[in-house]
Amino acid sequence: MPPLETPVPATGLFTVSWLLIAIPALSAAILLLVGRRADRWAPYLGAIAPLISFALGLVYFVQMLGRDVATRAVSVPLYNWISSGRWEINVGLLIDQLSIVFVLLITGVGGLIHVYSIGYMAHDDRRRRFFAFLNLFVAAMLLLVLADNYLVLFVGWEGVGLASYLLIGFWQYKPTAATAAKKAFVVNRVGDMGMSLAIMLMLATFGSSAFVDVNDGMPKVSSTIALIMGLLLLLAACGKSAQVPLQSWLLDAMEGPTPVSALIHAATMVTAGVYLITRSNAIYAQSLPASTVVVVVGTVTLLFGAWIGCAKDDIKRVLAGSTMSQIGYMMLAAGIGPAGYAFAIFHLLTHGFFKADMFLGAGSVMHATNDEVDMRHYGALRTLMPITFVTFAAGYLAIIGFPFFSGFYSKDHIIEVAFQQSPVVGGLALLGAGVTGFYMTRLMLMTFVGKKRWKPDVHPHESPLVMTVPLIFLGIGSAIGGLVLNNWIVGWLDPAVGGGVPEEQHGLFYFSTTALVTLVVVAIGVAISVWIFGPRREIPITQPASQSFLTVAGRNDLYGDAFNEAVFMRPGQQLTESLVRVENSGIDGAVNGTAAAIGGMSSRLRRVQNGFVRSYALTMTVGAAIVGVVILLGRLG
Amino acid sequence: MNPTNYIVLSAILFTIGTVGFMIRRNAIVAFMCVELMLNATNLALVTFSRMHGALDGQVAAFFVMVVAAAEVVIGLAIIVTIFRTRHSASVDDANLLKF
Repeated sequence: MPPLETPVPATGLFTVSWLLIAIPALSAAILLLVGRRADRWAPYLGAIAPLISFALGLVYFVQMLGRDVATRAVSVPLYNWISSGRWEINVGLLIDQLSIVFVLLITGVGGLIHVYSIGYMAHDDRRRRFFAFLNLFVAAMLLLVLADNYLVLFVGWEGVGLASYLLIGFWQYKPTAATAAKKAFVVNRVGDMGMSLAIMLMLATFGSSAFVDVNDGMPKVSSTIALIMGLLLLLAACGKSAQVPLQSWLLDAMEGPTPVSALIHAATMVTAGVYLITRSNAIYAQSLPASTVVVVVGTVTLLFGAWIGCAKDDIKRVLAGSTMSQIGYMMLAAGIGPAGYAFAIFHLLTHGFFKADMFLGAGSVMHATNDEVDMRHYGALRTLMPITFVTFAAGYLAIIGFPFFSGFYSKDHIIEVAFQQSPVVGGLALLGAGVTGFYMTRLMLMTFVGKKRWKPDVHPHESPLVMTVPLIFLGIGSAIGGLVLNNWIVGWLDPAVGGGVPEEQHGLFYFSTTALVTLVVVAIGVAISVWIFGPRREIPITQPASQSFLTVAGRNDLYGDAFNEAVFMRPGQQLTESLVRVENSGIDGAVNGTAAAIGGMSSRLRRVQNGFVRSYALTMTVGAAIVGVVILLGRLG
Repeated sequence: MNPTNYIVLSAILFTIGTVGFMIRRNAIVAFMCVELMLNATNLALVTFSRMHGALDGQVAAFFVMVVAAAEVVIGLAIIVTIFRTRHSASVDDANLLKF
């Protein structure tokens, strides 16, 4: 593997790159601190902040494009955070090819989602708080991707976790939302534990957690340490990216407002795990077993998510299952190593577009149908909501990998490298693509096609412009994103992830064998879906009872919650119960028993104080006699 | 005269005092028994002083006398007060100060 590039010190405009993070953070602070006076203009300030960051990011991006490859990565030292003995933790930003595309994704897609939220949250009394939390999220996510140090990255990592918690539970008066927020927070703690242990291991091994020091030191460490570090970081990535075995929180996270699901639980935050793995490429390069585990986790999750997506009737949960599945693809690619990193990030970018597009489209549909999420109560919305339908269709074609839409390029690359890795992994990835075709077609047919199955008081209508314009932008991105990025992204990311640029670049309209096979598999999935849920089919309004194990398991999230409850929660409960028992009967018993014994003895002993002077005299005499006898015996001895 | 006799006398007086204090109920008698014990002690101190040819014991006897005189003043005052209020000088009747 070629050595990774060394960043050059920042000059000119790059020295103020902390503004990228500071602007949304400042906006969040203003919105939270000013109070109700800000209610009127809060959505506008909230939506402008990420757009300013986007403009700034775009300036940096253009400047980087103009530079020579060797001087593209820029380091921006900010200040000394911790200085204690041998420890020197410096806070700094690293703007390189990898982080700048993330900055553009976060602020670009994020900005569109903010604009959309102006319309979506227009009737919510607490929208000032909503926008403050969204801005807080954007700031934390930017810190996460711009940090040049794992410890600083961890601050952003926790920040997005906090924002995610606050926004999932935004409607906290709903018990389901409050519980879902708590669940997301707790499951993420498990991953965070992996992250903090990994950082401690880095500090112990290298005396530093800066990317530069870790990358330099990695080739010298033993394979055991590399394996442990890789697995700990994978645990962190699993928590944040909802990968098996820490997947259970993502489906419940759909309790949050739909723009939150689009921004945090589809486009950006949940992909932080993929970013972490890609950023830690030097660690995984030293440990083949750790990389293999990443591939396994990715493969399992991509099927897991697709399975769940097939069985759900809640439109947002179908999309959430699909998010898990697509991130599984990214993890799979990232686990393959240098050959896959660029494709993982490529899919991450296109996924950010088409999934945000579809989530916002789902939000638009919900907006039109009095917040109905059950697809069995949709149907025939195509003509009433033309813009939503067309943009959603762009996202749909992108995710199933329809030729020349964005997913066609990014997903095919991943399936191709998966086949190079191993036929089993490749086959499973191919199967996943077919299942994706099935459940996404099911979603489209149940929502937009077929007969009306609306509830009586529902009068669907197209959403206002403030919501449809972001949809149009995202729809265009989903459609052409792949075409634009395909021949560029691998070469661009190469200095940061060290993949090496392939010798031959195929034309944009070239179909490899894998691509053709994938298309056939997807077509089969789509055909089965049309056969079952086609326009002429009657779709029951209530969920039919199913005997099929596949369906029942899918509806129950593949028993993820049951598994956690049986394996972790119940034994934990029993452990605490038995500890309480030991505490109550053992430790408390000993302490209380001693006190009771002394109390009992003293209450007997005080009977000696009987008030009769003569008995005191007797006691004294006997005592004096005993003392005398003792002294006498001492003399004699 | 053999000083041992004084010591024996002192021991006899002390024993009478002790036994009397333990078996008599009348407060005045008990009080006199205490005085008897103190004076037996004084006798022993003076005798030992004489035997050793030093004045320490004599001085100690004076201290005991002073303390005894002070104690008599307070003790008799208490006994008289108790007798006035309770019409009894028996030490067994004044037994309220207890557990």
